[in-house]
Amino acid sequence: MTLRCAIVGSGNIGTDLMYKMLRSNMLELVALVGIDPESDGLARAKDSGIEAPHSGPQWVIDNAADIDMVFDATSAYVHMRHHADYASAGITAIDLTPAARGPKVIPPVNLYEHLDAPNINMVTCGGQATTPMVYAIRRVIESLPYAEMVSTVASRSAGPGTRQNIDEFTKTTSTALREIGGATKSKAIIILNPAEPPILMRNTVFAGLPEGSDHQAVLDSVHEMVDEVARYVPGYRLKNPPVVETGPFFTPGGEVPHRAVVLLEVEGAGDYLPTYAGNLDIMTAAAMRVGEAIATAKSKVPA
Amino acid sequence: MTNSSVDYRLIDSTLRDGSHAISHQYDEDDVIAIVRGLSTAGVQVIEIAHGDGLGGSSFNYGFSKVDEKELIARACQEAGDSTIACLLLPGVGLADDLKDVKELGVGMARIATHCTEADISEQHIQMAKKLDMEAIGFLMMAHMNSPEGLVEQALLMQSYGADAIYIADSAGAMTTEDVQRRVSALVKALDIPLGVHAHNNLAMAVSNSIAAYQEGAANLDGTSAGLGAGAGNCPTEILAAVSNKYGIETGVDALKLMDVAEEVVRPIMPRQQVIDRAGLILGYAGVYGSFLLHSQKAAERYDVPQAEILMELGRRQVVGGQEDMIIDVALELARKHAEANE
Repeated sequence: MTLRCAIVGSGNIGTDLMYKMLRSNMLELVALVGIDPESDGLARAKDSGIEAPHSGPQWVIDNAADIDMVFDATSAYVHMRHHADYASAGITAIDLTPAARGPKVIPPVNLYEHLDAPNINMVTCGGQATTPMVYAIRRVIESLPYAEMVSTVASRSAGPGTRQNIDEFTKTTSTALREIGGATKSKAIIILNPAEPPILMRNTVFAGLPEGSDHQAVLDSVHEMVDEVARYVPGYRLKNPPVVETGPFFTPGGEVPHRAVVLLEVEGAGDYLPTYAGNLDIMTAAAMRVGEAIATAKSKVPA
Repeated sequence: MTNSSVDYRLIDSTLRDGSHAISHQYDEDDVIAIVRGLSTAGVQVIEIAHGDGLGGSSFNYGFSKVDEKELIARACQEAGDSTIACLLLPGVGLADDLKDVKELGVGMARIATHCTEADISEQHIQMAKKLDMEAIGFLMMAHMNSPEGLVEQALLMQSYGADAIYIADSAGAMTTEDVQRRVSALVKALDIPLGVHAHNNLAMAVSNSIAAYQEGAANLDGTSAGLGAGAGNCPTEILAAVSNKYGIETGVDALKLMDVAEEVVRPIMPRQQVIDRAGLILGYAGVYGSFLLHSQKAAERYDVPQAEILMELGRRQVVGGQEDMIIDVALELARKHAEANE
């Protein structure tokens, strides 16, 4: 069945998501909702023939009868204020902020575990890029005492929401590396790089490998997972082959003899911002994947 | 908050920036000896943290031997009349870390961002102020932004409530004229004091610091024996000695600082702070100083020349914190060298 959707937040992420949703035959975009009538995103929505109110989240609540699903691309604070309203109005919320109210979903790891949840959290762009790698490593070794990710995004692709909530980004991402990736301890780091021309989004995963880990299995599992993610984020790829380096390394999860290093790059599809903004793309592509999976699941269940 | 009887306030960062040069292996005894020495010499502010700031202990930057918060607690106990400061990079450390160190007795927080990204510091500067700490906005890699650009960024930090602004020549890449133009523009534009943090990759650290003072900087950074990232920082004891020669009142005892450098710091240095080829290239190519030891390790691991790694990082315009790109570049160079040899 087709689900009627609204996107709240007309910034970089909301606008990029709009273009992806306009191509979907399972998710029907009802409106792109903002708060600034002058915003570029709302102007583009109108150009595309989409309703573009600027009355914020309240518009969604007021029109709840015509909306099945809301994609929240505002900020963590705004989502925390409104998530309960969406739930009581019977609208499924796909949360693209790091508010982390509902279960976190990383499509290639746990897409089918939470399809009936009233609120699904998409973690962060860096979390979408790196949690699959942590999980891929964890699944072929006995334990993963510590994992770490470093995300570098082009300054131009980081909007005000990201900049004002940078701690929420690192905290939510780090939590996902443990809860979904399977690491015992974790750390997340984000860096903004202003180079011109803008750099493509870069993500690096470090994973502490305990004694006796099968290094070839780790490398093979990483390659398999890259292919899996690239199926819904075509610009997702390894910048260099993954390597295992020799330590010892004294991680917060204990001493390990080796570490795996995975160097990733994400080229965006260029739907809204140019291709350097892979951070937008991986987030919105993952959210679309979740939305469409929910639509598919609903069409299988007789009403 | 600046002592009015001195011409500039000296902030010593041996226990923070110096941490890079010893791969973050400080222990309690080192901290006690250094803080006592600096405090006795009259240093007003002593900075301590992982080299990459609070929360910097990681694969990417190197793990601390001893939990930094234990070391900070120890430093606070030994501080005497000195204020203990911490540095924090938003994106690496958390505003919550400031709460923890405030409880330990830390009085100053320096919130560091790349010189074009000041707006990620709002949360953290406001948290420091809420905790009643002195908050300093710290703009890194200042050679990568123009005087006008730095003014714009510094004004943002001032608007968030910063008590002072610093520009850091993190790559040790600035000439004296580069420093003068930036400092004079900032001093003119800001309502709050300015500071300069210099590195010695081009052998300019002391002269650039003095030039900064002459243009109106009210805070200067140093580290004992120059211990620090790259070819090292502005050596605190030399800065104090040169300041005396100029008749600039620092409030610190230059001879006692020489004792700390000679008797406490030099004995724990794994290598003397010299401007060798790699150090010079950092300044020449404008690469973040803390990449020095990491690039050396990667060069050995992948059998590629360290100088090539550093030049390529400069070409890519990487910024502070992107140590992971050292591995990336080393792997690419190794591949290119292998292809060329086929």
